[in-house]
Amino acid sequence: MRMIDVSKLVFEYIRRDEDGNVEGITRAVDEVNLHCKGGEFIAILGHNGSGKSTLAKHLNAILHPTEGTVLVDGKDTMDENEIWNIRQSAGMVFQNPDNQIIGQVVEEDVGFGPENMGVPTKEIWERVEESLKAVGMYDYRKYSPNKLSGGQKQRVSIASVIAMHPKCIILDEPTAMLDPMGRKEVIRAVRALNDVEKITMILITHYMEEVVYADRVYVMDKGKIVMSGTPKEVFSRVEELKSMRLDVPQATLLAYELKKAGLPLLDGILTRKELVNELVRLKGQK
Amino acid sequence: MKLIVDHLRYEYNKGTQLSVAALDDVNLVLKAGEFIGLIGHTGSGKSTLVQHLNALLTPDSGTVYFDGEDIFEKGYDKKSLRGKVGLVFQYPEHQLFEENVFKEVCFGPHNLGLDRRTVELRAYEALKQVGMEDEYFYQSPFDLSGGQKRRVAIASVLAMKPEILILDEPTAGLDPKGRTELLDRIKTLQKEAGITVLLVSHSMEDVAEYVDRIIVMDHGKVQYDDTPREVFSHYQELEQMGLSAPQVTYILSDLNEKGLVLDQTATTINEAKDTILKCFGMR
Repeated sequence: MRMIDVSKLVFEYIRRDEDGNVEGITRAVDEVNLHCKGGEFIAILGHNGSGKSTLAKHLNAILHPTEGTVLVDGKDTMDENEIWNIRQSAGMVFQNPDNQIIGQVVEEDVGFGPENMGVPTKEIWERVEESLKAVGMYDYRKYSPNKLSGGQKQRVSIASVIAMHPKCIILDEPTAMLDPMGRKEVIRAVRALNDVEKITMILITHYMEEVVYADRVYVMDKGKIVMSGTPKEVFSRVEELKSMRLDVPQATLLAYELKKAGLPLLDGILTRKELVNELVRLKGQK
Repeated sequence: MKLIVDHLRYEYNKGTQLSVAALDDVNLVLKAGEFIGLIGHTGSGKSTLVQHLNALLTPDSGTVYFDGEDIFEKGYDKKSLRGKVGLVFQYPEHQLFEENVFKEVCFGPHNLGLDRRTVELRAYEALKQVGMEDEYFYQSPFDLSGGQKRRVAIASVLAMKPEILILDEPTAGLDPKGRTELLDRIKTLQKEAGITVLLVSHSMEDVAEYVDRIIVMDHGKVQYDDTPREVFSHYQELEQMGLSAPQVTYILSDLNEKGLVLDQTATTINEAKDTILKCFGMR
């Protein structure tokens, strides 16, 4: 069964001036189709204002479609009776770690979600333990969130979502405010949860390096999905990506530049390892 | 313009059990016209250092000299210093408050006590320097896009005519194109207007591409102060400090390990391209 099923989604909002008169209508999401199966790792790329966060907010019923439908785990987000079920199956992690941690102690924060769901106390503690272990933050369970680094806080935010046993997690630029180390920690946790726990991941990001491991990449521009495919397929279209205000991983860009200069490299090189192997192969032929 | 940081030391929670030395014997010389990158992981002391340079924080010991004068000496004119040492904080767009873009940028020079004509002239110049078109001047800054807001915030510091511009993560949260546009503007300011720029950044790729000199901080100390090539050749030590080198540096070091290239000091795509093409006999 499909985990996420977005068909012909349109979202419009009305712009108003200071007196509340309608100035115009903006179409933030325009006829978007997006489907994903349980256990997939999907990445959504797009520049500021391309509509990717608006799309994400539809996936756990924070926003409702103007036209089209959004089904999450088979449930329609327009159905008010299902809202809480949808938010339980699809958890969301936002950009700023400081805005989503509420507990005084790490383990309290993680326990907040299951407690609200009416999970029995004993099971809450079990869930807190397993979630914190899953993101590598169990040793910090007694810490105050204030004392954690950005990457650690984001991992706690992810643990708080996992504790609600979601089938799917939507991450809206979870690493935008982190340093390189924090970014690595968070992406490692996301990949592990996808690999081991088979939780469906929908990652929205600016950092191209983070999406090379995704099963599928969608690129958004002006509210529409303009490209989709495996990371290899998408990143081999360097010029198009650049024209959409995006860039490509440094390894891909370097391969592209080398190819332009006349080196017969293969298309769709994504990682440092692939480029190095490819160059070694070429050198061997000479 | 010359800024000398002399044996600077600053402790948070001084005298309590929680005391942490955020700056520990920091020595630096910043010269006119340089483009300098300041890197270090969260909590390494970058922001604390930067806040000493325009006297927002007072050191426990050591001092800072601006053009030969001790800025922490009694009677030193800190207000005029803050005009000359322009500091743009992280997410500066959160500090916007005026009703239109032009007034926003006039606020700084107006506070310096300049006459209206000069204030407006400076505001106009500053907005042009960051590439804001006239059509935006009378819009509310809150109606602009994220990248535009940030440029307005930077213009309001430029309007004070600083001799050194310090930017704390100016590109955080911007998309790749927005990042390049903003950094290109800053580079132009440094080159053409001769402003010294100190760029605090988490992006090693950006730093490698734009600056001439990198200062690396860790545990309140300056660990490296050298050219990008030299600094990033210590990528293993950088990793120990929670940092990294640009991806191309790793690619070249892998190639070096496989015996393909000898020179592994490239830090930008262009440098790496040249090195690799050379080893294939194509340069």
